Amino acid sequence: MIRILRLFALQFRVSAAAAMAYRANFLAEGAMSAAWTVLNLVPLIVVFGQRDEIAPGWDRPSALIVMGYFTGVHAVIEGTISPSLQDLVEKIRSGAFDYVLLKPVDAQAMISASRYQPWRVFDLLAAVAIVVYALIQRGEWPSAADLALGLVLFGAGVLATYALWMVCAAASFWVVRLDNLMFLLGSIFDVARWPVQVFHGVWRTVFTFVIPVAVMTTAPAMALLGRLEATWTLATVAGSLALLALSRVIWRTAIRSYTSASS
Amino acid sequence: MTAGRTLRALPTLWRIGVAESLAYRAEFLVWILTTTQPLIMLGLWTSVARLQPFAQYSSADFVAYFLAALIVRQLTGNWVAWQMSEDIRSGAMAMRLLRPIHPFVAYAASHAAAIPFRTIIAVPVAVILLVGSGSSALTSDPLRIALVLPSIALAWLITFALLFAIGALAFFLTQTMAIANLYFALYSLFSGYLMPLELLGPVAKLARWLPFRFMLSAPVELMTRTQHRDDLVRLLGGQLAWAAITLAGALVLWHRGVRRFEAVGG
Repeated sequence: MIRILRLFALQFRVSAAAAMAYRANFLAEGAMSAAWTVLNLVPLIVVFGQRDEIAPGWDRPSALIVMGYFTGVHAVIEGTISPSLQDLVEKIRSGAFDYVLLKPVDAQAMISASRYQPWRVFDLLAAVAIVVYALIQRGEWPSAADLALGLVLFGAGVLATYALWMVCAAASFWVVRLDNLMFLLGSIFDVARWPVQVFHGVWRTVFTFVIPVAVMTTAPAMALLGRLEATWTLATVAGSLALLALSRVIWRTAIRSYTSASS
Repeated sequence: MTAGRTLRALPTLWRIGVAESLAYRAEFLVWILTTTQPLIMLGLWTSVARLQPFAQYSSADFVAYFLAALIVRQLTGNWVAWQMSEDIRSGAMAMRLLRPIHPFVAYAASHAAAIPFRTIIAVPVAVILLVGSGSSALTSDPLRIALVLPSIALAWLITFALLFAIGALAFFLTQTMAIANLYFALYSLFSGYLMPLELLGPVAKLARWLPFRFMLSAPVELMTRTQHRDDLVRLLGGQLAWAAITLAGALVLWHRGVRRFEAVGG
């Protein structure tokens, strides 16, 4: 385990060094992601210009906290997992994945964090800023327990998202050119900007169970607000662990049908 | 490169484009499905307007607006900027330059070939739009109905020319992805992709002068809102003007840029 963590740190250092070599690009990308974050706030500002609540119990500060969580999970996904998995798809196509399998480290760990986009750190900072701003607006700080729970569930949200992305990447063992699947997932993930209670009927069912947007951002935000019931907390953690286990099983099955492209 | 020869080559180019789309059909379908943003926005805005209209927009108006936006987005979306910067970086552009046909036409024909497939998605949406709850929010003016298709065609041309221009920037810069991203950010906000432009307040005034409105909002406005006839002139006139500007800009950038082309790895 420690070995894998050290490997992650090393890979991050290499990626950071590579990104710093193109400093102008690094700053441009950073500015770009900040601009996106602001842009994504526009619908929220417009809605709350006329409404006090977007769904029962979701006023401006609480909706902002969901937005903050989204920005945070998005930063982690786009900063590490998404580029790494695109790298994986590329490696499978070129046959370079052989070398990954030969290394004495678990292949899934090896490819899950092989590439980073270090400028996504700006997004992470923006996420923290949004949450802090929302809490100031709310005028009520979370208790230490809620804060801890909010952080734990942030981890659960990231894990659930990672698992979904992993399942998609595993599909590329069977259908080689399917990088688009990750774009599709990314565009559906956009829903996570909003509390799941905003959606009604079929939409809410889909976003709770099929693509668990609720687990990714709504539940953690509710935890931070001290509104999440114990059963929901357990369901969220259990749900994300189940997704993780599922992704592991699918990965193991998929890797068996890898037929090296190089030989 | 005569006009006649170009015209004769068009059907063939189009057939090649269709074949390409068919060869990667799984990919292509997934790519089409990534345009989910209007549906998300639809879910959001309809629930916001569920109990009472939001700035004159009822729930049904939002349904009509975003389904119309989905149709226009499906029919006008393209990825020529990404394709071009890839061709320039990899040197594949050299092959295209050898052909006796202007690459603008070649790219345009292959992207136009994607339209039938996109229609497969757009038509069911249109049907849902017509029979569904949005029917009361749609236009019934025959003149405006007649103008919808030309307006979508102009929107397609503006979008294509603008993305072609961004693609041509790859002759000058090595990293055009950041610019394409910036483009998409501006597009999302100023085209009415995230919400009807009217809701943006002061920003809507600015949007009137930018090309983005004419790439999405214009046909959608034609389909959904009741306007005065002189507004129609402004919408279509704006589209024609921006089509001319973007087309000229794209071709100028191309001619400046292609001189710098060194056929990397070609």
